[in-house]
Amino acid sequence: MKKLLGFLTKGYLKETILSPLFKCIEAVLELFVPLVVAYMIDDGIRYGDKETVVRSCVLLVCLGLAGLAFSITAQYFAAKAATGFARTVGNALFTHIQKLSYTDLDEMGTSTLMTRMTGDLTQVQTGVNMTLRLLLRSPFIVFGAMIMAFTIDVQSALIFVLTIPVLSVVVFGILLAGMKLYGKVRAGLDKLLHRTRENLNGARVMRAFRMEEREISAFRADNEALTHDQLVSGRISALMNPLTFVLINLAVVILIYQGALRVEEGVLTQGAVIALYNYMSQILVELIKLANLIITITKAAACGKRIQAVLDGGEGMKEGTRTEGEPGAQYAVEFRHADLRYKNASENSLTNIDFTAKPGEVIGVIGGTGSGKTSLVGLIPRFYDVTGGAVLVNGTDVREYTTEALRSKIGVVPQRAVLFSGTVRDNMKWRDENASDEEIMRALDIAQARDIIEKKENGLDAQVGQGGKNFSGGQRQRLTIARALVGSPEIVILDDSASALDFATDAALRKALRTLGNTTVFIVSQRTSSIMHADKIIVLDDGHPAGIGTHSELLETCSVYREIYDSQFRKEGKAV
Amino acid sequence: MKNKDTLRKVLRRVKRYMPLIVLSTLLAALSVAGTLSIPIIIGNAIDFLVMPNGSSGLRWSDIIGCLLTAGIIAGITAFLQWLMNVINNRIAFNVVRDLRGDAFEHIERLPFSYLDSASTGDIVSRIISDADQFADGLLLGFSQLFTGAVTILGTLMFMLTLDPLITLAVVLLTPISLFAAKRIAGGTYSMFKKRSETLGEQTAFIDEIIGNQKTVKAFCREDESTVKFEEINRRLEKYSLKATFWSSLTNPVTRFVNALVYAAVGVFGAISAIGGGITVGALSCFLSYANQYTKPFNEISGLITELQSALAAAARIFELIEAQPELPDQTDAAVLEDAQGEVSLRNVDFSYTPERELIKNFNLNVRPGQRIAIVGPTGCGKTTVINLLMRFYDVYSGSIEVDGNDIRGVTRDSLRRSYGMVLQDTWLRHGTVRENISMNRPGITDEDVINAAKAAHAHSFIKRLPDGYDTVISGDGGGISQGQKQLICIARVMAQLPPMLILDEATSSIDSRTEMRIQRAFGKMMKGRTSFIVAHRLSTIRDADIIIVMNDGHIIETGNHDELIAAGGFYYKLYNSSFESA
Repeated sequence: MKKLLGFLTKGYLKETILSPLFKCIEAVLELFVPLVVAYMIDDGIRYGDKETVVRSCVLLVCLGLAGLAFSITAQYFAAKAATGFARTVGNALFTHIQKLSYTDLDEMGTSTLMTRMTGDLTQVQTGVNMTLRLLLRSPFIVFGAMIMAFTIDVQSALIFVLTIPVLSVVVFGILLAGMKLYGKVRAGLDKLLHRTRENLNGARVMRAFRMEEREISAFRADNEALTHDQLVSGRISALMNPLTFVLINLAVVILIYQGALRVEEGVLTQGAVIALYNYMSQILVELIKLANLIITITKAAACGKRIQAVLDGGEGMKEGTRTEGEPGAQYAVEFRHADLRYKNASENSLTNIDFTAKPGEVIGVIGGTGSGKTSLVGLIPRFYDVTGGAVLVNGTDVREYTTEALRSKIGVVPQRAVLFSGTVRDNMKWRDENASDEEIMRALDIAQARDIIEKKENGLDAQVGQGGKNFSGGQRQRLTIARALVGSPEIVILDDSASALDFATDAALRKALRTLGNTTVFIVSQRTSSIMHADKIIVLDDGHPAGIGTHSELLETCSVYREIYDSQFRKEGKAV
Repeated sequence: MKNKDTLRKVLRRVKRYMPLIVLSTLLAALSVAGTLSIPIIIGNAIDFLVMPNGSSGLRWSDIIGCLLTAGIIAGITAFLQWLMNVINNRIAFNVVRDLRGDAFEHIERLPFSYLDSASTGDIVSRIISDADQFADGLLLGFSQLFTGAVTILGTLMFMLTLDPLITLAVVLLTPISLFAAKRIAGGTYSMFKKRSETLGEQTAFIDEIIGNQKTVKAFCREDESTVKFEEINRRLEKYSLKATFWSSLTNPVTRFVNALVYAAVGVFGAISAIGGGITVGALSCFLSYANQYTKPFNEISGLITELQSALAAAARIFELIEAQPELPDQTDAAVLEDAQGEVSLRNVDFSYTPERELIKNFNLNVRPGQRIAIVGPTGCGKTTVINLLMRFYDVYSGSIEVDGNDIRGVTRDSLRRSYGMVLQDTWLRHGTVRENISMNRPGITDEDVINAAKAAHAHSFIKRLPDGYDTVISGDGGGISQGQKQLICIARVMAQLPPMLILDEATSSIDSRTEMRIQRAFGKMMKGRTSFIVAHRLSTIRDADIIIVMNDGHIIETGNHDELIAAGGFYYKLYNSSFESA
């Protein structure tokens, strides 16, 4: 929290101090109003002095005007500090997230990070703004009113001393109880939301299983429970106005009775009693404001803490310094007894992976779900660090490269085909800002994606919607393959990237990848047909290498491979 | 116009709670009267705070009488207020409960032509947030609009009885506050719009970049993203500052106008008091009214926007409730029992939209126990056939018959009961593994569940889950892989053992070894059962009795493997391409 507040005091110290200060001045001015009214009654009306009356009213207007000026300035400073603060924190947060390693991202979760950047940040901004505006003003008026009451009459002021804590307990108690019950209402609402979403997303399954009537009655039951919770919580919140109303009026009744006693004693005047009465009325509004403010602050502080946790979290990845590998290295990629255990995992995801890949070779990686295929190829661009052994690119350990240098050698096609909003050309230039249109078209050719662009009116300038939703799954996959090929990477990794392609396109793609010359290609797949022509096939079984070799070798020696192959080519014999 | 229409519908729904509404109105009037009378009584008490001429003491009996009355009225008013709040809650929450329930029920009856074209998020937000907004609006309408109006009227009346001249001053000054508030609100609106646009832009950017952070890192795009983010963030700050500052002006400005009103009441009141027009107590009463009178005005202007958006929210819910539901089952619909699995499609025409013709005059006879494979490139409309068989969509002309019954003449329930369906989209509901497998089979024993899971080769991995069959599967399937989800989907069908099957083979989510086992289980299950398979595996296709070849949404060829290969058409090419060597 302290660090977060540092952003505020560092950049916006002036605003942070002046805003509450000006608010306090406004509050003081407001506190003078009952005094002026008392003066008007006691000195003006009692003696029939119209001049005093007019003078005091002019004074009232002046007080209002000065209050307005101070308050507007204060609001401006508060808004400036809050929005500036939000921007600084937002930038710091975003920059920090960009530096996180894959392991950090796994640990924190991208959806969490997105919430921190959007919802939490907005809450904090509101919190800062309201705090600057109200945190000092409201208590100032409440206690100011009490102090003013003391200056009028100590004995009457004691009623204030009693009323304020009682009112506070009631106001805060109801708000807290309401908040707690509101949590329950929220949970009930989430339940309805969940069921509705489920019934929409799974409509086909739901109806195939004829769940309609059961779902309707389940929804009605949840709905009924929610309504019940809403009514209970509403009953508590409904106490706020009536209870405070009755308390403040009782206080007024006692105050006037006490005032009457003092008037009889000749200590107080009628105007002074009215002033006390007015002070009493001011307390209530401000107390309620204060209670609401404290809830806002609590919420904002919780959000702030979460943001702070992100800023403090993550270890990043220590980079090396090399930008080039060993000149004349024999292998493009070399795994030396590599092990990988993800953070907080109890078992290795990869154990003792040992193989080499020469420049220009095609390496197939195959194995069941969760057998570690993606983990294996992820070690090459150093998305994760090995926990044993080593991975070398061009004869140099990947940990000795700068991240940028290492990754710029590699074109990755992730499993999930995501494009980014912008034009197709923007997307194609991700690996190489300076790629020419010819280069891009060449990559599209290899990726079997040229026809996608040619069908589009604007060709390379065709717009890509958020996430690439305006392209079909197969089109997206081909475009992400092209994206990885632009800028002639030394190594290309296709992580199960042809799953949405039909057999013919898949085959054409593989043929085209063969023309890349010195580029080493890794193909991860579930389909034997996709990798059977590779120079080397790595068969993974639960993170262990079950076999490494060519298709025909593996058919002879590797039972896991044979089983996979047979399941897909049953009765076909040797299809080639 | 539309608003009026919505309002009428709202009123029709609210009418059910008429007695409560009448009671609420009555309570509102009474509590406002109580609230307004207290300053007068206190004012009277204050008037007694002057030593009567020639007396040594105050008129205590009068003072105590006034104070006692004030205390009692305050107590009663508070109770009435509370009662009114509780009743208002009851009306609003019940109306919304009814609305929500009806909306959900309607969703279950909506045809797929609606569901497939609407966005889930949109429908969900109608049922959840729009309904919530409507509840808030309804509640505010009941608790504030009416009391606010009564307070204004009551205050005016009370003030008039005290002093018409001062009242006039108050009435003339209040519009300034309203005017100022409106001007500020108007200015703020455009700034808030800019702000939320930019905020939307920023959120979209965050979603895109941080949501795909790993890809961003794989391409070393961190710096470019940061630059872009900071640029959006700078713009956001600019608009936020303006919007926040302007909107924060409302309070100080209305406070200032109130101060003006207060001063005016002071001048007129004091001068009138000097002239003997009103008493000091009445003046103090006026001053407290001046505060009270302006408040509902400020509230009401905010309230009206709130009510407008509540009405808009209600309109969106009504729109959902009034969408055309699917045709109900015919009243004399037969119940399909123990289907033999003879399926025939006769002269079927179908298309999703009239402009784009899809299936034209399609005929197919399936004998009990046959295997039908549907093949074709990705996105060719293979699911259309599933939609028709399950009656998710109705044929446009022609008919589909099961065991000689037109499926439009049997109940949907019994038709769908006759099919077991496994879709490629492995959808599981939030709940335990057991609940998912025993879906809609209330009496199912644990043993049946385990047997079904064993048949689907799911038992061994389910056993290893942290809570076995009681492991909760969350919405996004956290902790369970795509392949495992598919296995549970299969177990779900295994538990039902329907006479006919519709299977959509997984393309890539299940590893080959598991899949081989599933294929075996499928094979066992399909024995003697009519099965429709959206096929991706060559082995499945070759074994099929009939192959339906689709492209671009159209059925282009039908026949068995040998016939289609001999024909040398689209299927021939498709089949051979999969063996093309690289």
